Amino acid sequence: MKVVLQSGPFDPGALLTAFTTGRRESGAVVSFTGLARAEGGSTDILELEAYEGFTETAILEMAEAAVKRFHLDDVLVLHRVGPIAPGEAIVFVAAAAAHRREAFEAADQLMDYLKSRAPFWKKSVGPGGARWIEPTARDKTDAERWDQPDPLT
Amino acid sequence: MARVLLFGPLRDLAGWREKTVEASSLSGLRAALQAQDPLLGEALSGPGVQAAVDKAIVRGEAPLTALTEVAFLPPMSGG
Repeated sequence: MKVVLQSGPFDPGALLTAFTTGRRESGAVVSFTGLARAEGGSTDILELEAYEGFTETAILEMAEAAVKRFHLDDVLVLHRVGPIAPGEAIVFVAAAAAHRREAFEAADQLMDYLKSRAPFWKKSVGPGGARWIEPTARDKTDAERWDQPDPLT
Repeated sequence: MARVLLFGPLRDLAGWREKTVEASSLSGLRAALQAQDPLLGEALSGPGVQAAVDKAIVRGEAPLTALTEVAFLPPMSGG
């Protein structure tokens, strides 16, 4: 299990290859790559701020909970901080499990939690100026789907 | 005395990110910041703003020493 905050760009393909390599018991690896959007030209740059030490710990707790809930073999979360240009990868999540359903659900849940509850502060800077972004109503309801204990576990 | 950190919109509002402030409790720190900058003081008790003392969320009062780090966290944006 690994959580990384990184200020420079990353290569999602290379991360996925490294994460997948050497697994003999995991039948499924699901990964998700999130990209920064230009929002119809209104965003020139996203600035993502984290609280060093605090943000990693919060994400690690999310990852640990996902490992337990979905019986994962491993999980990787890599999140960019600092300035991010539209089109650049901003987040990468990978989950490895014995079977695909758990891996899909873990990646889905981790992303829902990251998008709504991870301690980041995100500013969009564009031609119209700068504005702080808050989670959307959809982000919040997506995350709430996972707050009920899974009836199957 | 405590090392105070501001994040997100609070940092923009105050015009600083990190500052050392003379205070021996969290409520004393809030009062000191309020005296320095009433707008910031008001924002710190605004909806959804949390305080973390040495990287743990605190609701209510906490003692502070010179080595204590206090962070004020406005509502989080998510990733």
